[in-house]
Amino acid sequence: MKIAIPVDEKNMEANVCISFGRTPYFLIHDTESKECSFLDNSAASSQGGAGIKAAQFLVDNKTDILLTPRCGENAAQVIKAADIKMYKTIPGSARDNINAFAEGKLPVLEEIHAGFHGHGEK
Amino acid sequence: MKIAVLSGKGGTGKTLVSVNLASAAEESVYLDCDVEEPNGHLFFKPENLWEEEISVKIPAVHEKQCSGCRVCVDLCKFNALAYIKNRLVVFDEVCHSCGGCILLCPEKAMNEKEKIIGKIQKGVSGQVTVYTGMMNTGEASGVPIIKKLLNDSRKAKGITAFIDCPPGSACTVMESIRDADYCILIAEPTLFGVHNLNMVYELVKLFRKPYGVVLNKCQEGENPAERFCEEKGIRILGRIPFDNELGALNSNAKIAVRESEKYRTVFLSLLETVKKEVRHEAAVNP
Repeated sequence: MKIAIPVDEKNMEANVCISFGRTPYFLIHDTESKECSFLDNSAASSQGGAGIKAAQFLVDNKTDILLTPRCGENAAQVIKAADIKMYKTIPGSARDNINAFAEGKLPVLEEIHAGFHGHGEK
Repeated sequence: MKIAVLSGKGGTGKTLVSVNLASAAEESVYLDCDVEEPNGHLFFKPENLWEEEISVKIPAVHEKQCSGCRVCVDLCKFNALAYIKNRLVVFDEVCHSCGGCILLCPEKAMNEKEKIIGKIQKGVSGQVTVYTGMMNTGEASGVPIIKKLLNDSRKAKGITAFIDCPPGSACTVMESIRDADYCILIAEPTLFGVHNLNMVYELVKLFRKPYGVVLNKCQEGENPAERFCEEKGIRILGRIPFDNELGALNSNAKIAVRESEKYRTVFLSLLETVKKEVRHEAAVNP
């Protein structure tokens, strides 16, 4: 199972990025092999629709689980269509969140915000 | 003759000046291009209304023909397309109607469909023909509405048109001033006002439009916008005082020119100055 987390830096102690669509990197953690990799988020510099593109990127990387502090409407539509499950992160590092998830301590992310532009990246 | 009224921010007096100039002129056209929040019609209260819906073309997908090649997904700069579980998804409200996806689809799996983004309204208020562009909330760009608005108003040949522009200096403003013969920049007497004046000043220079400034909300003492005009050698067309009478008329959606002899004189004089400037420009730069 592959878990994705938006992170500010390329290490396990990095903070979870507050933005899903425009996070600089995604941490991809494979729960079977325990391997971690960091992928550049090419959606970060998009003119618009960054959330859609970032979500597409996770779909293409065959992500099963997304741990994120929040998610916009359009990105959520892509993520849900791809059957990726979303959980809400807790304050702390990427490692803290992976451990919390493994222990079943992260709640399902249900609150989807309406975007920041009145249109576009909802 | 087309006269555009601009400012770098909202609330400087674009609508005040354009509505009153249009009312001071004997016969005129008023064009509200501030399609995100048009308010000129609140003053004119136009009658004999005629409306037309404005639509843009967005892609419609024929799923059976889509091969999943993703040419469209990769092309779209606004990320309005996603390909999930063998299905192409279009985010209508993110689409900017460039048509690129339809053009490049190797399977011809997409064609155009209409999406209504707003309307234009035409009406009459005294001697003024009032055109208003109204965009639906949340749409990406008002440019198609402004284009149609300006195009329709071309029928009124020989009549002076006043274009009430959107605030700022972005695409919608560029579209609004494209055919203007003259630009009036409205400025507030503050440092912030100078910053915003500079934005539209740079824009009209870039477009090589003749221009002049109206100083609004003038009070006693230092006026940074006036100093800016002096430094840059910008023609000051007129000064509107920071005045309770004008403020009260305006906040009650009254047109000052139609209510007050004093302001009728102020705007008639401004109109004459602007007309003289336009004629001078036409003579110097035909």
